[in-house]
Amino acid sequence: MARWYAATIDNTMLEILIAPVLAGLFIVGCAGPLGCFVVWRRLAYFGDALAHAALFGIALGLLAGIATELAIVLACVGLALLLARVKQHSALGGDTWLGVLSHGSLALSIIAISLADAGRVDLYSYLFGDLLTADWTDVALIGGTCTVLAMYLWHSWQPLVALCLNEDLATVEGVRVNLHKTLLMLAIALLTAMAMKLVGALLITALLIIPAAAARHCSNSPGQMALLAACAGTIALLLGMLASFFWNLPTGPAIVSAACGLFALGQLKAAK
Amino acid sequence: MPTIVGDWLLKADKVSVCQQGRTLVDSASLELKAGAIISLIGPNGAGKTSLVRALMGLLPIASGQLQRRAELRIGYMPQKLNLDPSMPLAVDSFLKLNCSAPERLAQCARQTDVASIFQRPMQGLSGGELQRVLLCRALLRQPQLLVLDEPAQGLDVNGQSELYQLIGQIRDESQCGVLMVSHDLHFVMAATDEVICLNGHICCHGHPEKVSSDPEYLQLFGGHQSNMALYTHHHDHQHTVHGEVVCRHD
Repeated sequence: MARWYAATIDNTMLEILIAPVLAGLFIVGCAGPLGCFVVWRRLAYFGDALAHAALFGIALGLLAGIATELAIVLACVGLALLLARVKQHSALGGDTWLGVLSHGSLALSIIAISLADAGRVDLYSYLFGDLLTADWTDVALIGGTCTVLAMYLWHSWQPLVALCLNEDLATVEGVRVNLHKTLLMLAIALLTAMAMKLVGALLITALLIIPAAAARHCSNSPGQMALLAACAGTIALLLGMLASFFWNLPTGPAIVSAACGLFALGQLKAAK
Repeated sequence: MPTIVGDWLLKADKVSVCQQGRTLVDSASLELKAGAIISLIGPNGAGKTSLVRALMGLLPIASGQLQRRAELRIGYMPQKLNLDPSMPLAVDSFLKLNCSAPERLAQCARQTDVASIFQRPMQGLSGGELQRVLLCRALLRQPQLLVLDEPAQGLDVNGQSELYQLIGQIRDESQCGVLMVSHDLHFVMAATDEVICLNGHICCHGHPEKVSSDPEYLQLFGGHQSNMALYTHHHDHQHTVHGEVVCRHD
């Protein structure tokens, strides 16, 4: 066992792995606490819609010749702002709007990608993620974004939790509810744009929701749930990357499967 | 802010609230004063909650004028919390979200008798316990105005009477103004300084005794309920066991 291990991980391998691991750690560290808000505010479908918008961004980026990362961020932020706006001024429910925007952007992105000469884009890597190709530029971009998001969550923790309890009560107590609702959606949008690289569009929502859900039954307070979700995400990331490395599994799905394993453990604990 | 004349905390002048083209509240005027308990009563759909939400700035007003004392601290007790079961939240963490001073928390917890349920999850509270916890939270920031939306819902008769006593006691101690929405006419009549009877518009308002004999009030709530008011008043009639009014001819 030891010899096999030593043979597989030598210094070169470590150098190749260190940037992907760092990028992954930044993302799961942020996705855990942010995912708690997705669970508390029942925004799971919002995550899916963002992933579809991200694909739309890739297609638009191809057509307009904008850098892919920037196009993804623009599309996700655009969807978040549009949704925050229509939800306040529409008779239709938020879930209906999500359905329209989510599937609309998915359909348009498939058309746009096929128009823009599918050969130029590796659609597979955007659907399923390609963490092992992350380089130091990715680490800097993801690290910077996640640090800003973490600072926002830390700074606005109390108003954000109050917002999940009861919006009227939060408003009366002086929380700027609409501002924080929009910022929260923007935060999720930014993280989605970053996590495209890690697990791909199809599995982003899983990364937000599963660690948070796994942490639910082991925690007594919102803050504890957020920390445990970040821990669960980290464990899933490391397990998934190890499995991917040793058994040559696709990285994103391996991470999500590991997170599902942790979730199952959490459920077992709850059943006791 | 305009200069304050008189001791009001919040003053509404011909305030109307509309939603999707429907007028929910039609030019309501009222004044909330420090140390006074005002009850807002009315049938279902009368616009009570809409008016209260508009007064707190939660709903836009379509017309009229709303004045608040500068930096008015409001303690609000909503009708429901709608807490998602996925959020792990014990009673003490729920209360601490609104208050960092442990002495104040202990004081309010004693007043509302919630210290014994501090460790319980919010989702597992009974109706009465939840009402006490919500009241405790509303008190934490030493409000100048306490707004209670149906504070006695889900309580039995004893619980209701205790709650109204407690509200009166809080008013006496802190001299805050109280605005409460209620269905429980008979308790409200006893526990309040002024009653506002709302049915889209303000039908009548004033001292409980005056309101309970107002023809518009009687039309809304019917004579069969007015006899349940637990306050002292002189009868010019008697009641049958069914509560019907029998006039005395003597």
